Amino acid sequence: MALLEVKNLEVYYGVINALKGISFEVNEGEIVTLIGANGAGKSTTMQSIVGLIPKRSGTVIFDGKDISHTPCHKIVHLGMTQVPEGRRIFQELTVYENLLMGAFSIKDTSGFKRDLDAVYTRFPRLAERKNQVAGTLSGGEQQMLAMGRAIMSHPKLLMLDEPSMGLSPLLVDQIFEIIKDIHKDGTTILLVEQNAGKSLAISDRAYVLENGSIVMNGTGAELMASETVKEAYLGG
Amino acid sequence: MITLIDGLSLGSIYALIALGYTMVYGIAKLLNFAHGDVIMVGAYAIMVTLSYSLSPWVAVVVAAILCTVLGMLIEKIAYKPLRGASPLAVLITAIGVSYFLQGAAQIIFGSQSIPVGVAWKLPAVSAINKLGVSTAAAVTLISGVIIMSILTLFIKYTKTGRAMRAVSEDRGAAMLMGVNVNGIITITFAIGSLLAAFAGMFYLLQIPNTQPTLGAMPGITAFTAAVIGGIGSIPGAMVGGILLGVVEKFCLSSPLAPYTVAIKFSLLIIILLVKPTGLLGKVSREKV
Repeated sequence: MALLEVKNLEVYYGVINALKGISFEVNEGEIVTLIGANGAGKSTTMQSIVGLIPKRSGTVIFDGKDISHTPCHKIVHLGMTQVPEGRRIFQELTVYENLLMGAFSIKDTSGFKRDLDAVYTRFPRLAERKNQVAGTLSGGEQQMLAMGRAIMSHPKLLMLDEPSMGLSPLLVDQIFEIIKDIHKDGTTILLVEQNAGKSLAISDRAYVLENGSIVMNGTGAELMASETVKEAYLGG
Repeated sequence: MITLIDGLSLGSIYALIALGYTMVYGIAKLLNFAHGDVIMVGAYAIMVTLSYSLSPWVAVVVAAILCTVLGMLIEKIAYKPLRGASPLAVLITAIGVSYFLQGAAQIIFGSQSIPVGVAWKLPAVSAINKLGVSTAAAVTLISGVIIMSILTLFIKYTKTGRAMRAVSEDRGAAMLMGVNVNGIITITFAIGSLLAAFAGMFYLLQIPNTQPTLGAMPGITAFTAAVIGGIGSIPGAMVGGILLGVVEKFCLSSPLAPYTVAIKFSLLIIILLVKPTGLLGKVSREKV
């Protein structure tokens, strides 16, 4: 069954038609990736699904519930958490306070300690720096914090917007390992990436976004083998 | 020494008001120029309550509740419909709200100043007064420090305080964490206005007369203090307020007394020339 179903989603920035009625779905337990060039509409898709930017039309169904008009701050309570593009951690809060913010939607605080320990175990660097102001972390550490912060909210669906952006190749590998890890623990993942090679390799299915429309879709392996994709996104 | 204590005392009034400006700016990104007039409403609330021969403690509670509710109403009626509108429209609305409150006070109470009455007078405490410090100045200073400490602890350690800091830094990211930004903005207005009520109360201890425009001068001074400290910064508002209070009292007790107001506002220009973000302000990051 589809955990997330997006139907004919349309977004405008003023008169510019940024998303031209796209439809796709993410099934429970999958890793699904949207790949595409800069400006294809990937982040727009992610942000309009959670209501950070307004939709012109279209339907978003999550876990059997129509959330097309649900205000952004209520989305996380339903089990959908997004790590936004550029990470957007709270720079002036400490690492620990950022993780507390991640658990903001969890009413029952009894599991907090356990969740916190789990994040610190997964990201030992964050444990070392828990009382440090987050703005002083390196780019890779900030990405780890953004992911740790998202996990604190117990998402059924974790949406990651360009998690490898601006990171060194070594760190990119590490981030993809972490994504696989989080997925293995039972979280469904919707990924947006410019790094098409690495993301297709870990994806069950993927969609190719071009100028606000979905132009191709298939399993990760199918798209990796496709000549068009190879030429446009995998560097020939 | 006495001038310093008087200055610190006046400064803590400015700081309490400046906190309202800076918190609202930091979280709602708007300059609430009606903030000074909330002080005036608090002062009138105290005057009216006392005129029914009720205890000063009742008057304080009435003023605190009235100002808090007023602050939330101003936000809901005047600013909320303008969320996302141009900053200029919001600014003009704020000035409009300010005139509305002053006008309403003038219609109800007239434009002449009204004394609050003898009930609003602190008893002499000889131990303090012997040093040349008035009881009012001592009470203001001590209460100011307590109120600001509570606020600091609230912002630092409570879930709501943390959410306020998060919203002030990145509204969108805070929403993704599940923070209801509208709720946080309402709470911020409530806290700012409550602080204004306290400021009005301390102001009346120093100058026991109410007037429709009484909030204007402390309001603009405290706004200056907030900018000096770095608008959006809570410790900045405290530092800026205390600084202006001390400077004002020292000027008044020196041959420069006639130039006090000019000196206070020149301080703003000088500090902004040296440090454009204010003393504790941060360089604002433009977000995409």
